[in-house]
Amino acid sequence: MSSLAATDERAATAPTKVIQPAWVRVMHWINALAIILMIMSGWQIYNASPLFTSLRFSHSITLGGWLGGALLWHFAAMWLLTINGLVYLIVGFATGRFKSKLLPITPGGVISDTKAAFTGKLSHDDLSKYNQVQKLLYAGIIIVGVVIVLSGLSIWKPVQLQWLAALFGGYEIARYVHFFCMSAIVAFLVIHVALAVLVPKSLRAMIIGR
Amino acid sequence: MGRIRKLLIPGVDKQLLVRDATKTMPDLVRRRFIAGGASLGALTLLTGCDVSDSFSAEQMLTKISKFNDAVQAWMFNPNALAPTFPESAITKPFPFNGYYDLEEAPEIDGKDWKFEVRGLVDNKKSWTLEELYKLPQVKQVTRHICVEGWSAIGSWTGTPLRDFLKLVGADTSAKYCWFQCGDKEGYNSPLDMRSALHPQTQMTFKFGDEILPRAYGFPMKIRVPTKLGFKNPKYVISMEVTNDYKGGYWEDQGYNSFSGS
Repeated sequence: MSSLAATDERAATAPTKVIQPAWVRVMHWINALAIILMIMSGWQIYNASPLFTSLRFSHSITLGGWLGGALLWHFAAMWLLTINGLVYLIVGFATGRFKSKLLPITPGGVISDTKAAFTGKLSHDDLSKYNQVQKLLYAGIIIVGVVIVLSGLSIWKPVQLQWLAALFGGYEIARYVHFFCMSAIVAFLVIHVALAVLVPKSLRAMIIGR
Repeated sequence: MGRIRKLLIPGVDKQLLVRDATKTMPDLVRRRFIAGGASLGALTLLTGCDVSDSFSAEQMLTKISKFNDAVQAWMFNPNALAPTFPESAITKPFPFNGYYDLEEAPEIDGKDWKFEVRGLVDNKKSWTLEELYKLPQVKQVTRHICVEGWSAIGSWTGTPLRDFLKLVGADTSAKYCWFQCGDKEGYNSPLDMRSALHPQTQMTFKFGDEILPRAYGFPMKIRVPTKLGFKNPKYVISMEVTNDYKGGYWEDQGYNSFSGS
């Protein structure tokens, strides 16, 4: 009888749909680890030759201990970031997920959803559908992710990939582009983590899928 | 590591010796690196491994760095020239950089100095500065990129290294040209042969059309515009053509050995 009861119970709750498929969740957390390693080691590398004299990163939030250690971390985590990111882009386009989840984005929609968010009127009932602000931020951060990798490649290989470095206006400008992309990702992370904490079921969906 | 290398005894395992030596006299940089590398902490703590055990963050990173050497060697195009610039783009003043201050930089007497050529070459001899100055020279205005991130454009004039290697009958199928320098700690650096044979790789005798000043490595610097700055040794006193990887001043402390641009 107990097995029957359990079946009934499951039948009552089973239709809960998967919000985040397994491949998205796995890649999300690999990316989270990779981006944290890249940012913390990147800050240590930045400190060796700061772009802005008044801005240095505290040793307590950097990774690698010194420039050499940080470079080893940065050039190791880059594989994790780029391979995971590349597969994510391919699967995202191939399955149509990007198109169905992130488009369309309209200026009017973004403005009205931003207003709704700040007045606490934004609905989170259906987490499988992103609102306009989410769509903009998620599409935007994917583009920033692509640009930070390309600018990073330009800094790493300004001779072998000089056509790429030239696209950014040369080695020195690519360093600034790389820095501002990092800044955008950090800003995104602050908002992203804050909102995940405010809407805990979205965090749960990214862990167990539903 | 430069100091350790001098203590090598034939028949003694180099790695074991290095490990023992670093255990008794831990090098500050090595300690800094391990402490920093392990500061991610949890990874090594969770596995219950000491950093000197078979698995450690440091060893994993070193392996990936070796893999990155191979990737960069694969990416290296021997015909791709580093971008060149007009003279007006030259950075003034061009920065001095080293592990020592300018006052401590080697002061070499050009009359006494000799460039020793060793290893897999037909003509092992030491060259005086006067002899080297007679070789054909070319000028390049290229960007020097430091491992720290900053860069500066300079004007270097000298003899293409590949011409010199041909002149001394070097075995260009060997893996490395290993350079040693005249500073107090004996800076040294290996240069892979394909980079050594790159048309812009140069034995530099002049900076900005003037005899190479002390700050930039008098009497001779090896200019490699396809490599990061630390792979461009200054105050060079010898070159060994070799198949052995002999390490380098910064390479031994953790900088990626290929470090190509």
